[in-house]
Amino acid sequence: MAKTYQLTVNGAVRAVEAAASMPLIYVLRNELGLTGTHYGCGLEQCGSCMVLIDGEPGHACTSAMDSVAGKAIETIENIGTEAEPHPLQQAFMEEQAGQCGYCLSGILISAKALLDENPNPDRADIVAALDSHLCRCGAHVRIIRAIERAAARMRGEVTP
Amino acid sequence: MSAERPTNLTINARFDMWLKFQADETVRVATGKVEIGQGVVTALSQIAAEELDLSLDQVVMLSGDSDQGPNERYTSSSLSIMDSGAAIRAVCAEARDLLLSRAALRLNCSGDQLSVVEGSFLVDGAASDLNYWDLAHEIDWSQAPEGDAKAKAAKDYRIVGQSIPRADLTEKLHGGAFIHDWLPEGVLHARVLRQPGPGAVLRSLDEAAIGRAAGGDIEVLREENFVAFVGADEAVVEAAAAAAPAHAQWDGAPVIDAAQQDGAWLRGQASDDRIFGAPEEAEIAGDRVQATFSRPYIAHASLAPSCALALYEDEHLTIWSHGQGMHPLRHNVADVLGLDNGSVTALHMYGAGCYGHNGADDAALDAAIIAMRMPGRHIRLQWRREEEFGFEPFGPAMLIDLSVRVDDAGRPADWTAEIWSPTHVQRPGSGSGYLLAAEALANPPDALEPWDPPEAAGGGGTRNAKPYYDIPNSRIHHHLVTNAPVRTSALRTLGALPNVFALEAMMDELAMKAGIDPLDYRLSLLSDPRAAAVLSAVAARANWAERGPGGEGRGVGIAFSRYKNMAAYAAVVVALNVDEEVHLEKIWVVADAGLVINPDGICNQLEGGAIQGASWTLKEQVQMQGSGVTSLDWDSYQILRFSEIPEIEVEVLDQPEQPSLGVGECSVSPTAAAIGNAVAHALGVRIHDMPLSRQRIMATLLEQTSN
Repeated sequence: MAKTYQLTVNGAVRAVEAAASMPLIYVLRNELGLTGTHYGCGLEQCGSCMVLIDGEPGHACTSAMDSVAGKAIETIENIGTEAEPHPLQQAFMEEQAGQCGYCLSGILISAKALLDENPNPDRADIVAALDSHLCRCGAHVRIIRAIERAAARMRGEVTP
Repeated sequence: MSAERPTNLTINARFDMWLKFQADETVRVATGKVEIGQGVVTALSQIAAEELDLSLDQVVMLSGDSDQGPNERYTSSSLSIMDSGAAIRAVCAEARDLLLSRAALRLNCSGDQLSVVEGSFLVDGAASDLNYWDLAHEIDWSQAPEGDAKAKAAKDYRIVGQSIPRADLTEKLHGGAFIHDWLPEGVLHARVLRQPGPGAVLRSLDEAAIGRAAGGDIEVLREENFVAFVGADEAVVEAAAAAAPAHAQWDGAPVIDAAQQDGAWLRGQASDDRIFGAPEEAEIAGDRVQATFSRPYIAHASLAPSCALALYEDEHLTIWSHGQGMHPLRHNVADVLGLDNGSVTALHMYGAGCYGHNGADDAALDAAIIAMRMPGRHIRLQWRREEEFGFEPFGPAMLIDLSVRVDDAGRPADWTAEIWSPTHVQRPGSGSGYLLAAEALANPPDALEPWDPPEAAGGGGTRNAKPYYDIPNSRIHHHLVTNAPVRTSALRTLGALPNVFALEAMMDELAMKAGIDPLDYRLSLLSDPRAAAVLSAVAARANWAERGPGGEGRGVGIAFSRYKNMAAYAAVVVALNVDEEVHLEKIWVVADAGLVINPDGICNQLEGGAIQGASWTLKEQVQMQGSGVTSLDWDSYQILRFSEIPEIEVEVLDQPEQPSLGVGECSVSPTAAAIGNAVAHALGVRIHDMPLSRQRIMATLLEQTSN
């Protein structure tokens, strides 16, 4: 049965009607119009649907509404704009870190969570943060480099 | 640049199929090629801006529009820059000439006095008040381009050769842009119950049980053996489709034996046989070296399940698809539905990387069938993850026997490749295959004759089987296997990856037998200086001379290939370690792609190709048994992960005076082969069957110990 759930999405309190078992991804995409969160597998295996749930990366494809009720959700739509990109997006653009780009929403979410927690990650930290994400085009090396670049810039270091 | 009329200009012989001078002082440049993450639309915009002397922001690209753009068939085979790029260059150069002639008349000067900056004419270097758009309406753009205008000299390029950032990447970094993300007002979501195989008949379907499992309102559409679930709530429709297979009973569903999933099964199967090259083996006294190699079925495994939208309104069907060719798709869908081409429009939107013929086109027909039954509604059809893994057309398994006679100096004097492979192309409408749902409708299409791409197009199963090395006699025995257990079609490089894996392994074996370093051995057999140059360059970068004797678990391998023996050249060195499995350390790639349009774009493709080639070689195998494919998720179909990615270093040799060569696939096969050679170097024993998985490494090590 549908119930009314309250959750904070990208800083705004939203009330949505949904079944308890409804995966968050359908609410985000189809009810709230936040289509930047991408469906990949529905099995927590690819990371395309990653969002921040109370600041921690979580899979929107398997997070049922009754498990996220009352929580703060952050999606790719809340991370920079085309006019004012987040340092991560700026660095991804500079490194041309992506090919088809379908994985990027989820990867940017996990990268943001990493940098929020650890402003000075080494390569192993970055790889660990991304290892649950799949990229099929083979843009991995650029993605890692872009995150290093963004981290350096956010620390105030000069980057080329 | 030479002024030979490009083929795609002959097929689309009107200026206005390519160019439109627009009121806002931009030029719309149309291409039939589509953006699939390879950056081609940006590269084509560079060519157009260059020839028309425009800035990049004055060029607006139109890509993959079956009504308004040129028909350039599929975005495939590393041909986009060679085909569409050549056509756009020619048509832009000629349009510029026409406009210059007009301007000379208007400004009462000679053409030699004129130049163009951002679409405005200059007379003897001084600004005039005349631009392209003032004159464009005076020219009949419906005329056919001659195709022989003199294009710019490479030395004058300002935009071609620059690493212009990809136009599509910005929106992709902000979550947008994909077909999956387009939800028109009132859209209905749809999923399909797939027919298990051609000829399977739906005996019963428990719609009530499916409805209960859905937990909400759905409509069940059924047409013969095609079943779709449609509704406003995507989660409900998904739940219906997830439950459906358990509530459907089929007669005549295929049964697969697990042995059929391996390349070895192909030997002796029903096949259509051909021979290419010198029919008879030369009479040579030297030793014969033989080896057999195999590769299993592999998947495109796109990150997103295929998706399409369709709308049937006012007796016109519009399809939105992430397929690789909108003109063929329009034709194929029209054909199945009994419509005229003129009643169907196919428009491209971005999807996840496809790397060939995946489920995209099939999803488009699924959506179209439903839309025809529900006029006036946008239908958004998405495949399920299991459906993508289970029903995409796979990259075929292959089995390759090589038999080589060497002369007294240890050089290959006679080379035979015997290849067993199902077809590499069943793109619908190319005479070789059908859209999937067509099999489920009332009048399923007839079986087709066996078909594989012709040698002139690079071949399919035979792709790159003919050595590029100087070998006096060679031939290919091609067995085009006709009873594959699953549908197969184009996947990046077609047969080149297994063929180059085998060929380059043989080159290493022959070098070892001759007591010559593998690099020196290759160089001694390459009379094409560009081939030798990429090999020498990659060897220098990777410090090949210091690679050591091997056999201690660390290996360094080298390989070369020129894609299709006519596109870009690539040489690769791989350094790796082997314990219980292979750990990639570093990959070096050096390529020669002729004139480079976008250097960073090429590097991105070379890197991605190397990683994808490595993933196929080390990890990937479609598993099948019983009723079909059993590797239906990312746990059972593993690909290379972030923690397994090596360092990659790439270099593109500068060849501005040479024609552009297709580059999108060239690094894939030599990477696979260099990995094979590096593993052999590390272990002191060669593994002939892909993937070089943990299981296979362990088995090899065990065998080594017991010997």
